[in-house]
Amino acid sequence: MGKPVFLLTDILIFVLVGLTLLFAWYAHRHEHLRAPWRRVVQSRTALGALVVLGFYVVVGLLDSVHYQPRIDTRANGDAIYSGEVRSLFDWIAGPLRANQEKTYSAPFAVHLYAKENIEQPDGSVVRDYPRLDHAGAHLANPDDRWADVAQHAERGLAWGLLVWAVGVLLLAAVRARLRRTALAESVGTLLRGRTHYPWHVALWTLLVMCLLIGLIATVGSHYHILGTDKVGEDVLYQALKSVRTGLMIGTLTTMVMLPAAILLGLMAGYFKGWVDDVIQYIYTTLNAIPGVLLIAAAILMLHIYLSNNADEFTSVTERADLRLLFLCLILGITSWTGLCRLLRGETFKLRELEYVQAAHSMGVRHFNTLLRHILPNVLHIVLITVVIDFSGLVLAEAVLSYINIGVDPSMDSWGNMINGARLELAREPVVWWSLAAAFVFMFTLVLAANLFADVVRDAFDPRLRNSR
Amino acid sequence: MPKSQRKTRLLSLAVLLTTLAACTDTAWNNPYPAEQTGENIYYSSFDERPKHLDPARSYSENEWAFISQIYEPPLQYHFLKRPYQLIPQSAVALPEVVAVDAQGTPLPAGADPQTAAFTDYIITVRPDLRYQPHPAFAHNAQGGWRYWPLDDATLSSVNTLNDFPERDTRLATPADFVYQIKRLAFGPNHSPIAGLMAEHIVGFRDFAKASGAAYRELKRETGEADPWLDLRQIDMAGVKVLDGHRYRIRIRGRYPQFIYWLAMNFFAPMPWEADRFYGQPGLAERNITLDWYPVGTGPYYLSENNPNLRMVLARNPHYHREHYPTEGMPGDREAGMLDDAGKTLPFIDRAVYSLEKEAIPRWNKFLQGYYDASGIASDSFDQAIQFGSGGEAGLTPAMRERGIKLNTAVETSIFYTGFNMADPVVGGYTEKARALRRAIAIAVDIEEYISVFTNDRAQAAQGPLPPGIYGYLDGAQGYNPYVYALTDGRPRRRGIAEAKALLAKAGYPNGRDPKTGAPLVLHYDTASAGPGSKAALDWYRKQFAKLGIELVIRATDYNRFQEKMLKGTAQIYTWGWNADYPDPENFLFLLYGPNGKVAYRGENASNYSNPAFDKLFPRMKNLPNGPERLAVIQRMVEIARRDGPWIWGFNPKAFSLHHAWYHNAKPHLMANNTLKYKRVDPQLRAEKRREWNHPVIWPVAVIALVLLISVAPAWIAFRRREREAAR
Amino acid sequence: MSAYVLRRLLYAIPILLGVNLLTFVLFFVVNSPDDMARMHLGGKRVTDAAIEQWKVDHGYALPLLFNAQAEGGDKLTETILYQKSLKLFQFQFGQSDSGRDIGYDISQRMWPSLAIAIPTLLVGLLVNITFALLLAFFRATYLDFWGVVICVTMMSISGLFYIIGGQYLVGKLLNLVPISGYDTGWASLKFLVLPVIVGVIGGIGAGTRWYRTLFLEEINKDYVRTARAKGLAEQWVLFGHVFKNALIPILTGVVVVLPLLFTGSLLTESFFGIPGLGSYTIDAINRQDFAIVRAMVFLGAVLYILGLILTDISYTLVDPRVRLE
Repeated sequence: MGKPVFLLTDILIFVLVGLTLLFAWYAHRHEHLRAPWRRVVQSRTALGALVVLGFYVVVGLLDSVHYQPRIDTRANGDAIYSGEVRSLFDWIAGPLRANQEKTYSAPFAVHLYAKENIEQPDGSVVRDYPRLDHAGAHLANPDDRWADVAQHAERGLAWGLLVWAVGVLLLAAVRARLRRTALAESVGTLLRGRTHYPWHVALWTLLVMCLLIGLIATVGSHYHILGTDKVGEDVLYQALKSVRTGLMIGTLTTMVMLPAAILLGLMAGYFKGWVDDVIQYIYTTLNAIPGVLLIAAAILMLHIYLSNNADEFTSVTERADLRLLFLCLILGITSWTGLCRLLRGETFKLRELEYVQAAHSMGVRHFNTLLRHILPNVLHIVLITVVIDFSGLVLAEAVLSYINIGVDPSMDSWGNMINGARLELAREPVVWWSLAAAFVFMFTLVLAANLFADVVRDAFDPRLRNSR
Repeated sequence: MPKSQRKTRLLSLAVLLTTLAACTDTAWNNPYPAEQTGENIYYSSFDERPKHLDPARSYSENEWAFISQIYEPPLQYHFLKRPYQLIPQSAVALPEVVAVDAQGTPLPAGADPQTAAFTDYIITVRPDLRYQPHPAFAHNAQGGWRYWPLDDATLSSVNTLNDFPERDTRLATPADFVYQIKRLAFGPNHSPIAGLMAEHIVGFRDFAKASGAAYRELKRETGEADPWLDLRQIDMAGVKVLDGHRYRIRIRGRYPQFIYWLAMNFFAPMPWEADRFYGQPGLAERNITLDWYPVGTGPYYLSENNPNLRMVLARNPHYHREHYPTEGMPGDREAGMLDDAGKTLPFIDRAVYSLEKEAIPRWNKFLQGYYDASGIASDSFDQAIQFGSGGEAGLTPAMRERGIKLNTAVETSIFYTGFNMADPVVGGYTEKARALRRAIAIAVDIEEYISVFTNDRAQAAQGPLPPGIYGYLDGAQGYNPYVYALTDGRPRRRGIAEAKALLAKAGYPNGRDPKTGAPLVLHYDTASAGPGSKAALDWYRKQFAKLGIELVIRATDYNRFQEKMLKGTAQIYTWGWNADYPDPENFLFLLYGPNGKVAYRGENASNYSNPAFDKLFPRMKNLPNGPERLAVIQRMVEIARRDGPWIWGFNPKAFSLHHAWYHNAKPHLMANNTLKYKRVDPQLRAEKRREWNHPVIWPVAVIALVLLISVAPAWIAFRRREREAAR
Repeated sequence: MSAYVLRRLLYAIPILLGVNLLTFVLFFVVNSPDDMARMHLGGKRVTDAAIEQWKVDHGYALPLLFNAQAEGGDKLTETILYQKSLKLFQFQFGQSDSGRDIGYDISQRMWPSLAIAIPTLLVGLLVNITFALLLAFFRATYLDFWGVVICVTMMSISGLFYIIGGQYLVGKLLNLVPISGYDTGWASLKFLVLPVIVGVIGGIGAGTRWYRTLFLEEINKDYVRTARAKGLAEQWVLFGHVFKNALIPILTGVVVVLPLLFTGSLLTESFFGIPGLGSYTIDAINRQDFAIVRAMVFLGAVLYILGLILTDISYTLVDPRVRLE
């Protein structure tokens, strides 16, 4: 199919996935870690959110497998590859990507959104809405479009339902085999939620997802479900492509900031004295410089690097990817200080507590005290901060784009979509779909992440657990 | 607890709203003080704080919007006549141009003007030219200067120029004009045209050297960081006061375009007292400099200078007599442009410019009647403009209902996509290279760009000259045959098949490099990296993809882009040029070889250099407008079209809207000093503002009610909870 | 305590030195003095001589960090870094590269910023803490669940929408207040209403959620249960114990944002046309006005350090367990 391309962020994200799996395996082996996670999965909210998050992660990961498509073969049999970098997701979403119109069109429209001078066969010029090149192009009469949409939708929904039903049956069959019950009974308990884990929530959420995917697959290749943008690109495709950018910014930034923030924050609060002084010096100095300046400087430095090494980054994707990575790095550097401060303040308080003092006087090693007594007691702060930061980072990207220091303009991101749409808000009739699409996709992700994190927090916080 | 807090909040909001309502009898949303309603004030906005207001330094449109109302160079453009025509402003008449020989004696009548060693411009200054009231002119009772030298007590109490209460004026003399030309040459003033003028004005360069040396000497003597150097003490050989009314500028050889520079603020008179006043130690630290507080003879002076908030121009009480033009172009009388013919200028008492950084609030305030005129941003375009059946632009019914009017004009500027002619792939003058550039020029569908990105507010350029410039030809006469073909008498873009054929001829069949078989990769260098640019960059890639060429966007910051252009490492780029003056020389010089960016730091960003073109350029420059010049221009344009160093891009059209109470709004693309011609009808404006801005209070009441109602269940739940807890 | 404060003040000096050096390096890595000169002189008809002249006049013609050609100590002092930094530490900001007095500009622009930021902070705190206490009071009920959902919804909306939506609704449809602009004195009141409301509403989501977490944290502690067991009414438990003990993290959060109050909000100020400090730094970065960038960063750092010292002092005031030595 093509030559695989490994972008820097691709590698990092798969390393992150690997680490997560490793942690999962580790947690599985240790009861004190397994128990809270079990409580998490028992929560209906968490399971629903997890399915939604899973959908985002799958899209993001599919979009992180890159290759250069093969376009031709040379006489000697060698393949010739395009310079353009595509992803597995692009390949799956083929028609969405390929069906480009000239400019704006509304969702499900078959005409452009703006009038144009159309030349009639007799040479006269009429100003009207021209037909789209792709959406609904198979229709002889544009008035039939809703019937046609409904027809495609039915097919899509049916496919979605079928896939889901097969999945449910498979699961039920496995459970029936394990519990030695009848298949029908197993399906019934599954869907009615009479199980130890709330499988039904996951399954119903999954049904919604399956139906949506079915719809997109059938209707999306004939119409623009969420319309098209200024240059006629499908907005749904952009919104889906932006998933990767959003996840990258949310996760890679956290990955950069967490170790430093936790380690330094705890050390500063615990050891006090010169350790505290040095750590404070580092983060105060960094924090005292406006983040905007640091980010702007980092992005500008990247420009210099890119123009000096123009030959190494030959494709638009690689340039954009490097910029994304830089942005994550610098956002990490600017944002770890906040968490570090909070942790230091909290550790300040904790180290005065009796049991910490006692452990100290009994000669427990500092590292152990930190790990056993302090860290578990500040973990919820870390979690909450990470989650709030996750959505904050996704949102911050939009503001950074506003002052031209966000992700590369050629990269699809919700921030870029929102900012592009911002310029169209005063347009009348208003172009609302880019904004709405970015909002819905971003909102779903943030909401799911927050709900999930809430449950995680409850499960991991020993004090809260006892009170419930 | 929560209930009482909410109540207090609601109460305070209500109090606030009623106070607001009580303190204005006009609309609540009026951003201006209520007492200004009904006054003869013009309201406008600016989006970026001006950097320089010194006429020797300022060289940008947004700064000229202010200082062109304040400073008066010798000449100006006629407000109504087209093509643009120069008329006197602070001069009595157009300058007397005399060709002289090396000894300075006028050439005999009938001699070939090409043989002139120098050309003299003799300018007679208006006898009634007076400066605005300014503290620099103020005298004390003893006849000495009131504010020179400044004592520490006065100095410590000032923050703005308005803290100097005593003002005076004086007549402007030819010496003031000469003084300003010397200021252009004086290094520390950083005049952007110093380099250009040194080429032309006799003695300019020597003066720069001498004054620089004197300045260094003075600095050493006084020990001050920035002392005032009296430029009157040093002579500039080519610029001379002839008598009480006349001065002379002598330039090397011939430079017919020089006369246009005399209509720019660089050549406005500058009183030496002002320079000396501002040069006093302590004032620069307080932002009181000539760069911030102009001193001019024009119809207005800057009465409030707060670039963070607003700039206010007020009528200059000493303004000389000037009248609204009595003749215009056909159609001007019908359009009401001559209603004020012969009346004394200016009409408006004050002009208030508010800082407005974002387009959306600016547009909404225009619709509310708080700005008198407005451009149209791309996003509000459809709201304001609709196209008629023939494609002509008109206002939407909603706009017409409000009495808003539309003006359109094709700007004398060009946006083009250039090829770096020094580049090994896209540059060069071989047939192959030409074919490649031509193929790209055909594939990049400028008409589509115009319709997608500019709402059809532009026309595709056919060569370097925009409409309104001498030498531009319209329609079938002036189309570019390399990119367009004539069908049914109208030029149409050639088809993509033809472009592909050209590409094959250039050695890249199907956009593939025959050596490697890989697609041809070209690089587009741009400094635009904002969110709005994504669409445009995607569009460019789409255009090149039509030919199978892969376009890699190298977006970078402005510095890096400049650096690339200076080093000549860019490949394809987009640039624009806005006319300094309405002469073809101002556009053709963008392709003149000795103006090359890399070699000569000139404005020829493509580094285009064709000996045939370069040979014709000086001839074109020195010829008067006429058939001979037209022929030369056509030959030059043809050479450029054939080589194709640019994809010719487009000439934007300016659309501007104004309210019914705003009169004499004929667009003028060369002149910036047009405020004096404008008139507003404050009564009509006050009426309309009231009509359009009735406050709508019921939603606030509804919200308050909803909040109150929502408190009830919360309160009930609270009580229940409390009882439960107590149990 | 005073010894502690004094020590912290002394620590401020190396921090300011570090900030200054870092700003300097960051700025000049990306903008050479030639770039700056070109930017200030404008795009049209700029000659190399003009660039040289500009650099000499503005003190950028020296080497950046080390002057190899100078003698002895001058090797370090005859540099841009030394020359440009010295006065900063005396709080003399001097003139911007475009010739404006920076100190005066800052003193003019800080008031509008404060006029928006302080009411927004105070009203926002009041609203957020009220809502958070309510949610904590109704914890583990559907009110709490939907409260969190609403918070999350509000958090997921970009600040840009609140501004544009607010302007559209209040300024354009209802014609209640001016869409944008500013004035001096009491006349500024009508311009401030909308930005403050928008700022408060925009902050409700994240704020309420954060405070709710803090309260829930406290609510489950033993002493709270003891208080409840004593028969203390729930609202007094919330106010007397939970609220008071949650004050530390609240204070930390507030004091951290104090310097940001002064420097203003870029988005709000740009959209509402308010002449504050919000866009001063970013404009300066865009115009490559090093003098302003360095002055603003320096000032921000000073305020930030002050904020930190205040936080630590406030720790001891609310929580006697915390000792400063």
